Amino acid sequence: MTSLSSNTLSRWSTDELLCWSLRGIATIAGAIVILIVVFLIVEALSALQHVGLLRFFTDPSWHPAEGLYNLTPMLWGTLFAMTGSVLIATPLGILSAVFCHYYAPLILARPYRRLIELLAGIPSVVYGFWGLVVMVPLIAEIQPPGPSLLAGILILTIMILPTIALMADASLANVPQQYLRGAAALGLPRWATIRGVVFPAAKSGLFTGVILETGRAIGETMAILMVSGNVVQTPSSVFAPIRTLTANIALEMAYALGDHRAALFVSGLVLMAMIVALVVSAGWISRERMYG
Amino acid sequence: MAETLSRPQNPREWLALVLVWGAAGLVTAVFCWLLGDIVWHGLSHVSWTFLTAPPENAGRRGGIGPILVSTSLILGVCLSVSLPIGIGTAVLLAEFTSNHSLFGRMTRRSLDVLAGVPSIVFGLFGNAFFCKTLGLGFSILSGGLTLACMVLPILIRSTEEGFRAVPTSYRLSAAALGLSRTTTLVHLLLPAAVPGLLVGLVLGVGRAIAETAALIFTSGYVDRMPESLLDSGRALSIHIFDLSMNVSGGDANAYASALVLVIMLLAINGTVSWLAIYGLHRKIVAA
Repeated sequence: MTSLSSNTLSRWSTDELLCWSLRGIATIAGAIVILIVVFLIVEALSALQHVGLLRFFTDPSWHPAEGLYNLTPMLWGTLFAMTGSVLIATPLGILSAVFCHYYAPLILARPYRRLIELLAGIPSVVYGFWGLVVMVPLIAEIQPPGPSLLAGILILTIMILPTIALMADASLANVPQQYLRGAAALGLPRWATIRGVVFPAAKSGLFTGVILETGRAIGETMAILMVSGNVVQTPSSVFAPIRTLTANIALEMAYALGDHRAALFVSGLVLMAMIVALVVSAGWISRERMYG
Repeated sequence: MAETLSRPQNPREWLALVLVWGAAGLVTAVFCWLLGDIVWHGLSHVSWTFLTAPPENAGRRGGIGPILVSTSLILGVCLSVSLPIGIGTAVLLAEFTSNHSLFGRMTRRSLDVLAGVPSIVFGLFGNAFFCKTLGLGFSILSGGLTLACMVLPILIRSTEEGFRAVPTSYRLSAAALGLSRTTTLVHLLLPAAVPGLLVGLVLGVGRAIAETAALIFTSGYVDRMPESLLDSGRALSIHIFDLSMNVSGGDANAYASALVLVIMLLAINGTVSWLAIYGLHRKIVAA
């Protein structure tokens, strides 16, 4: 921070006023998260009281009209889609960052980076629409019905790839030049340098990238809703349709009332808990880097 | 550094070379396929009448005139709320609190969490708070306010970076001249931090017009021309979603709407990089 952060030199009353009003504004900004959690809990409370937390995992099925609220198939849907897409996107994203830094000629590296930035900006509904009209029919030719876990994984992969690629790009750029010169002086070939020197040096940045992309994969709604079929079931193969927690909220919120509506807010709380856990662990990793 | 390294000699190096180029090629190919598909199918339907005419027959025919109006109204509400709060918070974080103070750390941590909250959870929150508790109903106002919560973290982060990029000598000189900190802020720091602010603004706009999930249950589906901010209005992204999922035979217009949305976002993206290059350049010259 600058040396001006202490207020001892300032004799102006307008400064006091400004500082306090800014604090008020920042409090509003900081309180939004708390407000979100409070409202989720308030709206979910009736379901938690009438139904109880346990029944969201032990009920025989998800039939809100009959008072059955089993969230586990959706939870599995979210977890499978997330795991699959993270497993594919992480190596692809890290390799494309490596391409930008160590393999591509300068004339290719810059347009390639711009392309990744453009991919990051394309809205999820456009990805979903493309998946629906192009990818789903292709999958249907291999194995009907088409809208499936596989389609969901592939579309999520394309969507979270820019996140990990850009994060990896930034952390590779932070690897000190003398490490690379040292490796070159030792006569290490390119990939050996990357694997033995660059990856260990950029480790914490890469982990943070993986955590961020996982968060995006969990939270994604529209694209996965459009391509994955939305049948409430624990998928038996990658060609089976699934429904994720997020898609479930988007599909049923329009007509949900009473306990059903409250049950959707419970799934919102579950999502929120996952994200908070991820953000806290990302913060923890970057603190390790600071002191490590 | 690429030049200093020799050609690959052992099989592992060759494999890595193939994998890296393959990954880059795959990503490029998917990108071209996606964009090419949208442009190829969408371009023939986009015309001036398409941009101005109201949708007919649930959007199968007609244009997207009222939808563009609703989208810009939602965006207007979003920005007029998030800009003052965002700039105020950024100024506080960058200029008036130390990085280690409890308040600064708490605010920053809470904004980090806010940046990760899934958009559908914003939708739930907006529905419960703005539509129900504040009684705004399904309206452009509710949608815009929900989006304002969503873009705040992006706006704050890049504005804060803008302020941090201003050289400390500015602040020291101003203090030496006996200027109040308010004067320093308004006349020195704010103009110098404009590039960062603009980048944040443009990124926020990009996130806001790309958003679908947070708007379904806050601004609603109605595709008529909105008469006031309390009317329900359909955003462009929701229009694409509705045409492709709920309306059979709406694909042609969905392609055209998707193309319009993508072009808007490409323009926004171009503006960001232009600002990042020229804004920075001007600041260096000024300093």
